[in-house]
Amino acid sequence: MESFYLSNIDGIYVIVFSVLIGIELIKNVPAVLHTPLMSGANAISGIIVIGGIIHLLTLSISDISSIVASSIAVLIGTINVSGGFFVTHRMLSMFS
Amino acid sequence: MTLLINASYLLSAVGFILGLKFMAKPTKAKLGNMVSAIAMGIAITATIYWHSTSGIGYTNGLLVFLLLISGSIIGKLLSGKFAITQMPELISLFNAFGGLCAMIIGVNEAFLKDANQLYIMDKSILLLGVVLGAASFTGSIIAYFKLSNKLKWQIKSRLYSILTLVLIVVMSLLHYFYPNAFSFNHLALALGASALLYGILFSVPIGGADMPVLISLLNAVTGLATALSGIVFESTIMLLGGILVGSTGVLLTIQMCKAMNRSLKTVLIGTTKSIGLDNDNSETQEVQTTSAAETATLLAFSKKVAIIPGFGMAVAQAQKECFEIHQRLESSGTDVNYIIHPVAGRMPGHMNVLLAEANIDYKYILDMDEVNHKMHDYDAVMIIGANDVVNPAAEEDEQSVIYGMPIIKAHNSKQVVVLKRSMASGYSGATNTLFDRNNCKLLFGDAKNSLLQVLDELKKI
Repeated sequence: MESFYLSNIDGIYVIVFSVLIGIELIKNVPAVLHTPLMSGANAISGIIVIGGIIHLLTLSISDISSIVASSIAVLIGTINVSGGFFVTHRMLSMFS
Repeated sequence: MTLLINASYLLSAVGFILGLKFMAKPTKAKLGNMVSAIAMGIAITATIYWHSTSGIGYTNGLLVFLLLISGSIIGKLLSGKFAITQMPELISLFNAFGGLCAMIIGVNEAFLKDANQLYIMDKSILLLGVVLGAASFTGSIIAYFKLSNKLKWQIKSRLYSILTLVLIVVMSLLHYFYPNAFSFNHLALALGASALLYGILFSVPIGGADMPVLISLLNAVTGLATALSGIVFESTIMLLGGILVGSTGVLLTIQMCKAMNRSLKTVLIGTTKSIGLDNDNSETQEVQTTSAAETATLLAFSKKVAIIPGFGMAVAQAQKECFEIHQRLESSGTDVNYIIHPVAGRMPGHMNVLLAEANIDYKYILDMDEVNHKMHDYDAVMIIGANDVVNPAAEEDEQSVIYGMPIIKAHNSKQVVVLKRSMASGYSGATNTLFDRNNCKLLFGDAKNSLLQVLDELKKI
């Protein structure tokens, strides 16, 4: 796992640059796209599901309580991701 | 091997950034959404691949696979089940799922890690992630119920929400100074539970009209919780994705606050101007009513007509009838435009989606700011199911709950016709002084029926 090690200063760089990019990206979004954008961004925040997947893949299957909790997390996280992208697609399809 | 995985994560990070960039442009938005979805797929696949190389059990892999498949199917079904009018509800529901996911993962992590090996910074980040996820979960659920009108309480729970926050801080400090008083994982559970309560108490006092701001804010909060988990898991892609959502969410929240003339601070504290005080006035208002025939005549003899659609039109599903009237007027040489308030519908941009659903071309749709200074050019303005966004009290009456909110100045046009179901006040509860005006007439009835009648009358002319 050492290849994913993030030193503190790297992390701070990522945070600062991500904030700046985020602001720059949607600074001039027309109001017409606000709702789809919110829903698309919401789907992206579902990337948290990766944490649940890591848990599920590293836990021993006999650790019932953690396995159950992680399973719930992965299931609802996936609903967030897939539902978010699908509904954004549905909204945007109407514009074309 | 690790090179391949790292490259995948990098690719997915670029995908998220490009996806968001495209999503900010009307012509490329659909592509942008697909790019983000693919980036997400890459990140998830890379994660599974990475961990499958370290010799996991077959059962674990199968479990993950099944969960991913069933989650995707449920998500797809849910996304198709809600009407376009209910989009804000659906977004808050999905956001609730994201928050709950963040909370569970955080609590789980607290149980799995050895607290003695964690620095104070690690603990704080983990706990903050749990708290934000939990608050976002219950807050979004409350927003969901409020938007779908299943919940109408507006209890002044601000004091209690602050007390809950104090409780969270006190428990954390207690653990810091007396680490042996209770274990770290119990603290995580206790903070999670308190934050669940906090989310409810935080959202309940916020008025229905502020819900879009709340959702956008909670969306940003979920993003932040994701970013914090990214630090815990030392995963750059989670950190980046979370921060991107957090910063865009905050920016959207600020833009929405501006459009509604609410300061972020008042929304954050959970206060709302007291609603319902001047509800009673509605009965004493003297209004002029009109008929479908009269409205049709007015429209037919106008050179320039503006239609101001509101959420009421969408609820009545009257977009198509509206478009038919538009086509009819246009064929006889009348200019027709739609004027959209930034917060028309339940969220900025929501009305555009609703009009697009009825195939109304983008070129007919004007923003409030483009036309507000030349409203007097319009011979007739037809307001369909909109209320607060055309209320001149926002400019004139300092006592009004919506004072200061930017409005479409329909009252400056030559003649206004308002299609309304009843004299009930708008979402904010404010009395609409437009109805008292000499140049304003009301056509009562269901928007769809009224428009059909107007259409019939137009055909006779």
